[in-house]
Amino acid sequence: MDLAFTKEEQAFREEVRSFFRDNVPPDTRRKLVEGRHLSKDEMVTWWRILNKKGWGVTHWPKEYGGTGWSAVQHYIFNEELQAYPAPQPLAFGVSMVGPVIYTFGSEAQKKQYLPRIANVDDWWCQGFSEPGSGSDLASLRTKAERKGDKWIINGQKTWTTLAQHADMIFCLCRTDSNAKKQMGISFIVFSMKSKGVTVRPIQTIDGGHEVNEVFFDNVEVPIENLIGEENKGWDYAKFLLGNERTGIARVGVSKERLRRIRDLAGKVESAGKPIIQDAAFREKLAACEIELKALELTQLRVVADEGKHGKGKPNPASSVLKIKGSEIQQTTTELLMEVIGPFAAPYDVHGDDGSNEAMDWTAQIAPSYFNNRKVSIYGGSNEIQRNIIAKAVLGL
Amino acid sequence: MDFDLTEEQRLLKDSIDGLLTDSYDFDSRKAYMKEKGGWSKAVWGKLAEQGLLGLPFSEADGGFGGGGVETMIVMEALGKALVLEPYLATVVIGGGFLRHAGTDAQKAAHVPGIIDGSKTLAFAQLEKNSRYDLFDVSTTAKKKGDGWIIDGEKFVVLNGENADTLIVTARTKGARRDTSGIGVFLVPANAKGVTKKSYPTQDGLHAADITFTGVEVGSDAALGNPEDGLALIERVVDEARIALCAEAVGLMDESLKTTVEYIKTRKQFGVAIGTFQSLQHRASDMFVAAEQARSMSMFATMAGDFEDAKERSNAIAAAKVQIGKSLKFVGQQAIQLHGGIGMTMEARIGHYFKRLTMIENSFGDTDYHQRRVADAGGLI
Repeated sequence: MDLAFTKEEQAFREEVRSFFRDNVPPDTRRKLVEGRHLSKDEMVTWWRILNKKGWGVTHWPKEYGGTGWSAVQHYIFNEELQAYPAPQPLAFGVSMVGPVIYTFGSEAQKKQYLPRIANVDDWWCQGFSEPGSGSDLASLRTKAERKGDKWIINGQKTWTTLAQHADMIFCLCRTDSNAKKQMGISFIVFSMKSKGVTVRPIQTIDGGHEVNEVFFDNVEVPIENLIGEENKGWDYAKFLLGNERTGIARVGVSKERLRRIRDLAGKVESAGKPIIQDAAFREKLAACEIELKALELTQLRVVADEGKHGKGKPNPASSVLKIKGSEIQQTTTELLMEVIGPFAAPYDVHGDDGSNEAMDWTAQIAPSYFNNRKVSIYGGSNEIQRNIIAKAVLGL
Repeated sequence: MDFDLTEEQRLLKDSIDGLLTDSYDFDSRKAYMKEKGGWSKAVWGKLAEQGLLGLPFSEADGGFGGGGVETMIVMEALGKALVLEPYLATVVIGGGFLRHAGTDAQKAAHVPGIIDGSKTLAFAQLEKNSRYDLFDVSTTAKKKGDGWIIDGEKFVVLNGENADTLIVTARTKGARRDTSGIGVFLVPANAKGVTKKSYPTQDGLHAADITFTGVEVGSDAALGNPEDGLALIERVVDEARIALCAEAVGLMDESLKTTVEYIKTRKQFGVAIGTFQSLQHRASDMFVAAEQARSMSMFATMAGDFEDAKERSNAIAAAKVQIGKSLKFVGQQAIQLHGGIGMTMEARIGHYFKRLTMIENSFGDTDYHQRRVADAGGLI
């Protein structure tokens, strides 16, 4: 047992860190630090810088542009990326549909989609959740009917993150309504520019526009846009959800935020002195840092295990990472609220894209607190994660 | 970075797990509690036979040169089996003082007896008002000729009743809460002027309140610098905290396992209560808490070797905070999920809960260590 990083791993961390220092556009970094939203251009610009360096799709197999890094290197890269901070790769393309295509797709599909995902020539979004299908995803009703050489798609998806930017969608559609509910689902990809696709924004409680409703009204999709086999979509969805395991802890994000809290708490006064000198506040901050340290080590244990035994089946330990990771992220936003105190109140009507530079950036703290309530809901709510642990780990 | 055990470490784990499976079921434990001193000389002898009592000592001192990971493995196993024998007091703490500060003569006088199981030790440190501050020492050691005269009272000295030798913290200079002027002394338990009041503790161990009245010891009694021993005390107590973290992980593992088994078999409303989601989620949260604790126990074990004493203490304090929070949750919920049966002396689970609870209040509780981490500027 040795928890220290090797010399080579430390050198790798330095290499990654200095690349971020030299290449992340300063305004992009500042906006992330201040909790502002980024424009589509700002994100895509950064992702193309990453892709040019060969780090756009780090965990893909080498033949499709991956790096061949060890599990620990991936961990270091992600941590540094989150902690710098720089925008993380667009998960929908890089972590979700990409691996499904290179694992289950045809050669033609690989050729057509993978390079465009890596360079974000296509912005992908995820068509999974429906109004009646949240945690019970397999109850989804969006239908794809085969008509000649086309699929005809009808239905509605919801919580579709950043669909307003999307060029492509990967969609779970029911292709056999007589089969048991998990069995009759297929994984179909198509252009968001197709006739019959309507995107309607959902405004969330922070005032932002991240998620959308997406409607399909007789959308015609070429038959070859089915990925893998018909009616096997549920398997691919499970593969996809289990594929991104350790990143969900977002340790680097919380680390960066805790550093910011410590910095701010040295400046904001309470009772005539910086709030960091308030013993109760300081202990709360320390408590959160300790939880995060424990999570970081739990994550490293999962990473080391994957490195040794390969990425086999989804590791139920990732449910621990999701639960604790989301709780800690939420605690950090609460601590920020506590630091800023009464100045949490002013509302930036442009809070959505953070474009109103005249508005004091402290205006982003309350929205960020509101927005972070999502992290214990999305990606399989924390209650679903507890179901998974009970079943897969404890055998209940 | 590597979380795996080496081949030798796996063998060590198998051997102690095997030994305890054979000799430490719940009924045997009850019988051991009734023996003189409250633990089993026979089990202690078996631990000696397997070399476990010599584990952390160097080969030159007759030991096996084991490190922090080896102690972690042993303490986890001892926790899992709810062992009563004084491994912490004798090997971890007593052995720690001898390893870090003992002269060749002191080691020659004490280490062989520890390793062969013929002698045990106890750490007389806690005082009426010192609570968790290691530097808060009123007991005095006054120079007399080449030796010392020790006067004072120590409380809740684990294994104080049985120990052959007491390791006593005493002030050689300065005022009660000065950080300098503290010494550590080896005192024979049968020395003139040592009086003991023994009692069982809540978790089934035995402790003693010990009064030292004009106890004379020789010049060879002092471990390390008798006027500046705080750093030594902190180092050894940090190792005790690391060991307690590991013991707690073993206790939590077993508590969770026992609880899950129970709710799988206990039927109400015609079904196993483990089919109820509210209980499943509680058990899942216990698992999360136990895993976070395990991570920090490993972290503490590694931190034991940090060269910077401040960094070491801060990391170990952080671990003790996580362990404290986790053990309280796991312990309390284990009782809750057992329902009424969990309240009885007859069921195992309550005894795990009690040991966990006493660990929380040993060598600094959660609040104490959280304050230390906060005052040290945090952990990020």
